[in-house]
Amino acid sequence: MENPQIEIQLIAIVTAAACALPGVFLVLRRMTLMSDAISHAILPGIVLAFFLTESLSSPLLILAAAGTGVLTVLFVELLQRTKLVKEDAAIGLTFPALFSIGVILISRFAGNVHLDMDAVLLGELAIAPLNRLKAFGYDLGPVALYVMGTILVLNLIFILVFYKELKLATFDASLAAALGFAPTLIHYGLMTLVSVTTVGAFDAVGSILVVALIAGPPATAYLMTDRLSRMLILSAIIGSVNAVSGYWLASLFDVSIAGAIATMTLLVFGLIFLVVPNRGLIAIARRHARQKWEFAQTMLVIHLFNHEGLPEAETESAIADLHEHLSWDPTFTTQVVRYALHNRCVSQDAAQLILTEQGRAIAQQALVQ
Amino acid sequence: MENLSTLIHLDYTLMIVAIGAALLGTVSGALGTYAVLRRQSLLGDAISHAALPGIAIAFLLTGSKTPLILVLGAAIAGWLGTLLIMSIVRLTRIKYDSALAIVLSTFFGFGLVLHTLIQRTGNANQAGLDTFLFGQAATILERDVLTIGILGGIALIVMLVFWKELKLLVFDEGFAASIGLPIRTLDVLLTSLLVIAIVLGLQAVGAVLMSAMLVAPAVAARQWTNRLRLMVFLAACFGALAGMSGTIISSTASRIPTGPTIVLCATVIVGISITFAPNRGLVWDRIRQQRHRRNLKMETSRY
Repeated sequence: MENPQIEIQLIAIVTAAACALPGVFLVLRRMTLMSDAISHAILPGIVLAFFLTESLSSPLLILAAAGTGVLTVLFVELLQRTKLVKEDAAIGLTFPALFSIGVILISRFAGNVHLDMDAVLLGELAIAPLNRLKAFGYDLGPVALYVMGTILVLNLIFILVFYKELKLATFDASLAAALGFAPTLIHYGLMTLVSVTTVGAFDAVGSILVVALIAGPPATAYLMTDRLSRMLILSAIIGSVNAVSGYWLASLFDVSIAGAIATMTLLVFGLIFLVVPNRGLIAIARRHARQKWEFAQTMLVIHLFNHEGLPEAETESAIADLHEHLSWDPTFTTQVVRYALHNRCVSQDAAQLILTEQGRAIAQQALVQ
Repeated sequence: MENLSTLIHLDYTLMIVAIGAALLGTVSGALGTYAVLRRQSLLGDAISHAALPGIAIAFLLTGSKTPLILVLGAAIAGWLGTLLIMSIVRLTRIKYDSALAIVLSTFFGFGLVLHTLIQRTGNANQAGLDTFLFGQAATILERDVLTIGILGGIALIVMLVFWKELKLLVFDEGFAASIGLPIRTLDVLLTSLLVIAIVLGLQAVGAVLMSAMLVAPAVAARQWTNRLRLMVFLAACFGALAGMSGTIISSTASRIPTGPTIVLCATVIVGISITFAPNRGLVWDRIRQQRHRRNLKMETSRY
């Protein structure tokens, strides 16, 4: 592997991890779409800061954009508080309006300066290593790595320091308020963090795909665990896996890196959705199938139990006629009998089915319930 | 003489674009009402982004750039995306917002991958993606206005035919299910209508801003009335107004993109409605509060 390749992957990993951490809380608090809103709405902030500084790499740009992000959140909440607009509609109104202002500003005044709309929306990870941090004549590495590294550390510190508060405010906001943990403050802290992360990340992957990094890994992790701490760690790992595999997918087919990372995010999510124990699609399908057989078996033992020891028991428990007594399909009946025999709920005596101790217990229990 | 004819010609083009934008506003305004009332305002955002891979695959399969084929691809992809969102919500504990965000961003990312793949083979121009993202209202031709009119008209007629059913679905889903209406089918029908409105609108305002065209007119209309019939009608009018005025304003000066201007016009209509609408509006609310306060003071001073 060549040096730029390693650097691009490092940037991708750090970006993915930095996005996944606050993303966990957004997913749990049902506020994922706020990241979509923020990533679009910060455009006018970036444009205005760009007009002031005339540079795309100035730290003022990140500050202005993050400020606009927090403003967006405030604005959405203000709209909601009028009680005239619901939350989803408030988001759907705010970010297109702000984004429109940004687009108009760019095409009106920045027509001949370098502020590429494509770069803003889509990002370009491939050229990220070209912008290097230099000090005292030494090449210290790509700027993006330092920016995202700093943001990752900031996120880590925030989450570690306020872990208890975040957890409580996420799962029981009213209890958090009653205990004096100031959920509003936590909320805005989190939103500031999301804004800063989004701004930092969107240099690399653009404003639409940032959402994939923020929502994808935490949602995937949410399928796998019930513990907040594990969900945080898993999200960061899944994000990194997506980033690296996306990078290789992109270089294999020579396509957009950010797009390939998003594609991997979807694939990994789909895979986990399919195979995860207990909650996956396969597990759900198997549980449904098993429930069907278990229910049929219960019906069978109840039937046998009802007629046990009575004069008609001989005809009622004849294997050949069972399907008529239970009004089942004959093949289905044979399968159920085999299932019940396998589970030792019944035993076979010539052409008759006889309840075992276990089968009798099941029937009794089912009838009591 | 020549100048005059170019002027008339320009005005004619502008008129076509304005009519197209107004038609789009009408269709998306009316159908957006249902999305807003069902608290699915951002579904439009997801569908419009999810349409990108459909456009790319349609192009890869047919090699043609005929708008109708690309629109069909966009519609299928947008529709599949919505179906995926619905099944994620139904089958897992992941909530609606996260499902929406995942589908929106990853479908778009996949579309981007396909787009770069097409670009590499060299038979597509760079403009394609920009048009998808921001729309290109200026390129609306008579032919497009006809397409918008016919497809949008069909969507609106279907909406009117199933008026009663959709109304129930929006306001009392549980009751609708209990009297035997096929909820799942109606849900898919409504989504399909939304997909039509969105795919038509992509050309004018683009994927990023499409959600505003669905949400803004409906939110504005909501402030003026409590009746669904009037709300749909008003939303359609507001949508048309935004489309028309946005097109005209953006033509008055150079380098003002049409799509964002339309969105800002719609936002202004929302602002006016929220502030001044009778009964619900902010001004009205303030006046009512003051009246209450005065009455209370008078009542208390009597004792």
